Amino acid sequence: STSAAEARSMALPTQAQVVICGGGITGTSVAYHLSKMGWKDIVLLEQGRLAAGSTRFCAGILSTARHLTIEQKMADYSNKLYYQLEQETGIQTGYTRTGSIFLAQTQDRLISLKRINAGLNVIGIPSEIISPKKVAELHHLLNVHDLVGAMHVPEDAVVSSADVALALASAASQNGVQIYDRTSVLHVMVKKGQVTGVETDKGQIECQYFVNCAGQWAYELGLSNEEPVSIPLHACEHFYLLTRPLETPLQSSTPTIVDADGRIYIRNWQGGILSGGFEKNPKPIFTEGKNQLEIQNLQEDWDHFEPLLSSLLRRMPELETLEIMKLVNCPETFTPDMRCIMGESPAVQGYFVLAGMNSAGLSFGGGAGKYLAEWMVHGYPSENVWELDLKRFGALQSSRTFLRHRVMEVMPLMYDLKVPRWDFQTGRQLRTSPLYDRLDAQGARWMEKHGFERPKYFVPPDKDLLALEQSKTFYKPDWFDIVESEVKCCKEAVCVIDMSSFTKFEITSTGDQALEVLQYLFSNDLDVPVGHIVHTGMLNEGGGYENDCSIARLNKRSFFMISPTDQQVHCWAWLKKHMPKDSNLLLEDVTWKYTALNLIGPRAVDVLSELSYAPMTPDHFPSLFCKEMSVGYANGIRVMSMTHTGEPGFMLYIPIEYALHVYNEVMSVGQKYGIRNAGYYALRSLRIEKFFAFWGQDINNLTTPLECGRESRVKLEKGMDFIGRDALLQQKQNGVYKRLTMFILDDHDSDLDLWPWWGEPIYRNGQYVGKTTSSAYSYSLERHVCLGFVHNFSEDTGEEQVVTADFINRGEYEIDIAGYRFQAKAKLYPVASLFTQKRRKDDMELSDLHGK
Amino acid sequence: STEEDDFHLQLSPEQINEVLRAGETTHKILDLESRVPNSVLRFESNQLAANSPVEDRRGVASCLQTNGLMFGIFDGHGGHACAQAVSERLFYYVAVSLMSHQTLEHMEGAMESMKPLLPILHWLKHPGDSIYKDVTSVHLDHLRVYWQELLDLHMEMGLSIEEALMYSFQRLDSDISLEIQAPLEDEVTRNLSLQVAFSGATACMAHVDGIHLHVANAGDCRAILGVQEDNGMWSCLPLTRDHNAWNQAELSRLKREHPESEDRTIIMEDRLLGVLIPCRAFGDVQLKWSKELQRSILERGFNTEALNIYQFTPPHYYTPPYLTAEPEVTYHRLRPQDKFLVLASDGLWDMLSNEDVVRLVVGHLAEADWHKTDLAQRPANLGLMQSLLLQRKASGLHEADQNAATRLIRHAIGNNEYGEMEAERLAAMLTLPEDLARMYRDDITVTVVYFNSESIGAYYKGG
Repeated sequence: STSAAEARSMALPTQAQVVICGGGITGTSVAYHLSKMGWKDIVLLEQGRLAAGSTRFCAGILSTARHLTIEQKMADYSNKLYYQLEQETGIQTGYTRTGSIFLAQTQDRLISLKRINAGLNVIGIPSEIISPKKVAELHHLLNVHDLVGAMHVPEDAVVSSADVALALASAASQNGVQIYDRTSVLHVMVKKGQVTGVETDKGQIECQYFVNCAGQWAYELGLSNEEPVSIPLHACEHFYLLTRPLETPLQSSTPTIVDADGRIYIRNWQGGILSGGFEKNPKPIFTEGKNQLEIQNLQEDWDHFEPLLSSLLRRMPELETLEIMKLVNCPETFTPDMRCIMGESPAVQGYFVLAGMNSAGLSFGGGAGKYLAEWMVHGYPSENVWELDLKRFGALQSSRTFLRHRVMEVMPLMYDLKVPRWDFQTGRQLRTSPLYDRLDAQGARWMEKHGFERPKYFVPPDKDLLALEQSKTFYKPDWFDIVESEVKCCKEAVCVIDMSSFTKFEITSTGDQALEVLQYLFSNDLDVPVGHIVHTGMLNEGGGYENDCSIARLNKRSFFMISPTDQQVHCWAWLKKHMPKDSNLLLEDVTWKYTALNLIGPRAVDVLSELSYAPMTPDHFPSLFCKEMSVGYANGIRVMSMTHTGEPGFMLYIPIEYALHVYNEVMSVGQKYGIRNAGYYALRSLRIEKFFAFWGQDINNLTTPLECGRESRVKLEKGMDFIGRDALLQQKQNGVYKRLTMFILDDHDSDLDLWPWWGEPIYRNGQYVGKTTSSAYSYSLERHVCLGFVHNFSEDTGEEQVVTADFINRGEYEIDIAGYRFQAKAKLYPVASLFTQKRRKDDMELSDLHGK
Repeated sequence: STEEDDFHLQLSPEQINEVLRAGETTHKILDLESRVPNSVLRFESNQLAANSPVEDRRGVASCLQTNGLMFGIFDGHGGHACAQAVSERLFYYVAVSLMSHQTLEHMEGAMESMKPLLPILHWLKHPGDSIYKDVTSVHLDHLRVYWQELLDLHMEMGLSIEEALMYSFQRLDSDISLEIQAPLEDEVTRNLSLQVAFSGATACMAHVDGIHLHVANAGDCRAILGVQEDNGMWSCLPLTRDHNAWNQAELSRLKREHPESEDRTIIMEDRLLGVLIPCRAFGDVQLKWSKELQRSILERGFNTEALNIYQFTPPHYYTPPYLTAEPEVTYHRLRPQDKFLVLASDGLWDMLSNEDVVRLVVGHLAEADWHKTDLAQRPANLGLMQSLLLQRKASGLHEADQNAATRLIRHAIGNNEYGEMEAERLAAMLTLPEDLARMYRDDITVTVVYFNSESIGAYYKGG
């Protein structure tokens, strides 16, 4: 195909607003969308030719069946964009609407497909679960005898990704974007944490924004900066087969087949087939960085491809006589969590990234380019993209060894069954609490968050759990009884949970500035007496939560801030960005300095008073209070009367060198009160049954406090302005358009029925109103509890309308778990009977029920 | 039930590969710095233990103050202490021997003024290789004494490579011997020195600089060249001679060096004095020192049992020393037809002949080439391709593709008496209990060095 966007060979401009590095599908898509949104002064640089690299060799399958809603939306947008691209630009893209069929060889796979199917339908992408017989009708070459079902997505397409990139480039270029090929970016110039330009092999360009769309080279390019930008991704070799046409050439409308259990995909290609897959034993490549190997010179490895070839011939036995044309080796880039990477660098303002597409560059390219362009132009995309945000990672994920090992796990995961509560097995034990070995020896099973090991639960010595593979289930998990006993102990006696992974900052100033600045950044009133703890958060201009935290006022001029674990990078960047440049404010990340133990339960007070010889009763130590005191022999322990669960108890922030001592003391004194270890699964059950929402799961930067029942955490009249206040005032007047609601499943049998996870559609009076965000089994209610958002879509126009308490209360609800609907009771406030503990005086945590 | 146990003990092909490949290392030699392309393309190395712990050692390092890459194989006996010490220290002696007078002066100046020394070696090692301790201060002192003596020789350009290898072997062996005779304060160092001196190691090392290949050998490790003639035929060119009882020249040497009366006792049961198979080695002061010296040293209150010292004076011990570390040095001028060099400990050569080894490495190269074969040779359709791939998988042919050293080890222990690979035999050899393994096989260490024929050719074209 010819390119209307003939790349220039003239001298580079010396100045531009935006420089984009990378002429693949992501780079051209960003350029296309930026120019559509009115930014014209854009230069796109490509080191080789346009639409080369992975884009050139990509298999060209556009598939909308994704696990995350945001990914479904990106793919859906891409599909619609590519569909009309030929008409818009006059460049042939080979777009053909073939549809795709996802095969299930097992019941578990079918459940997984049903979950995706339910998600696709509610955002308007047609799809249906079909029988093996129907599969055979749709594709006559398929062996369907071993299938239990399939999902058909009729509007999926195939398209030439290189031509899509050329068409996007052409349209961008007509909108004024200047494109230069054979130009390499050497590094990005940064002054005072702000992009000032790029250095290329053809000269310098001054610019305000730089966009790294360098695909598998994005990591190296990020590192080439003086202050490195960490973009954790790593390439693996990826093989697919091309054949000559069949005797009766396959029709161009033949649907694409994804046989995940067989680890392969198959599409029609010029009358023959194109088939590749994601093998169990991937071959990572370019770990040491770019070398002489050009992508097009990578070698075929037939021996490596054999399992996939065998799988293909099992699925389509008639292909045996089909003539081979080529085995293509086209490296694909993978990220540590199988989600793509977009957004602005936390370290360098104006440095944007879109890369790490996990072999879905074509499917996501259009939508991701749009979101990134919105991000640059408007300050944030129209959808919440936290799951894809570069800031979910930190420098800790940028080790080459880590990336190499992790992508070897991620690539097979593309086609592995995705079950609830899956934990990565590689790249573990990076950050640990000093108590790790102690807890591990007591049977702790671990999960990882932001590189930090956290206990899930503790397996009693006499109990065996299933092997890792066998424990994968969509039903009741094997740890159910274990967590039940931990929860019971939290309710009746006392448990200790190591929660050291929490992000901890200290903010201090020499004058009164700390308070002033914090009052502007945080929505609640922080001008409280020393020793008080405030639940608050940092909002953006739209009133959405950028951060959710608890702040203890240590003294007049210093504050201790506790945020979710995965906020470490994001929250730091937000604070740095919004703190006055000239301030004498000292911001310190003290996460590593403290081990945090959560003492949950009615007897926590007894344990602590025995260890400190200080009265710990509510009269002396009211709820939401923070005191430095001694515990055992150790001094300077920050004790806080809160537990993040609504249960009575204390958080202990212990300088790490005292951690083992304090833990041992707590355990030995606690023995007579029935103390035991507990993990995050117990915590999760406790907090969800009390309607405590967690940032990153339930709430995000598009959720305002009013939408999740946290009016009391906002002080609109605290006497000064704060970020997001205007938006909240307006929302208060106009009403909210969505509301976080708690659902209690009624007719759900936790022994026999599929368990909810998150992302399940919620139906009100038969109408789709939103999705769940998290769920847990409540051992007190003996029911499943889901949290989720309820919207009010107009029946006529689909437009969002105001959601009132009345609207919530006057509805019959159902939750759709993989196509099965369960009745649910909606609650705007937690079940009162759960709070049977004697109410404490001034009990803010409990009265602030919608708390964290 | 024993049958059931046997069944469980059987290793899967994947597990076999895992065991065989644990010691693998491969290095591409990148010469980004120098203007001349290196004559070494890459090397592949591997090691499989039979002793527990393994007594073989290996080393690869480049000289930083002169040109040249060094490859060494060190086969220890009576413990690993000596092999470890030689593998850590020998290359330093060689590197220092080759230094110009000016460089040595620079080194000496740095020592005097307590400044950092010039870097001497760049090691290329397998992550699992036991850690090469940076030259400890005692060792460094002795190395310094050595270079001070070299300085006194006032030679502008340093020793020739041949001399350097010759001197380094002997000098290190004499240092090992002297270190334990000198009073040492620190008990750890003292015990270690004793273990080094009372255990032994044979050594074979190659030094490659451009087209100049030198091999120094003392003992029964072996180095051979794989040569491809212009007509495409492969042949083997041995670069060393085994120093053992089957080597007439060695027998003559020993007889020459000792009185005629000992002619019958010096080699008994094909062993030196009836105890040691190789007749050249580092360490082994039991075969080098006088009885009196041995006694006086050991009487200094070492706990020889705890140190696992092999304290035994062989019968007919009249005129020590019987053993020497003097190497035989071979020079070979590399030609474009010289494709690879194989260095290995006797564990390999006991099992495979020189010709077998060349054949296997050639087969390995051909198989690596197979991946590059053009479309014409490939089966035309999917079905045929699948059956070919399944065949290859079943025969485990492609399994060891990555590393020639692994392939050699696989065949060394897996070949039956007809020279055929037997999967059961391979599995059985790898599942031998630790205490039995040594009865069926020896430690095997192999390094295969590939030459760059193009850059070697360029030397001849006056490049």
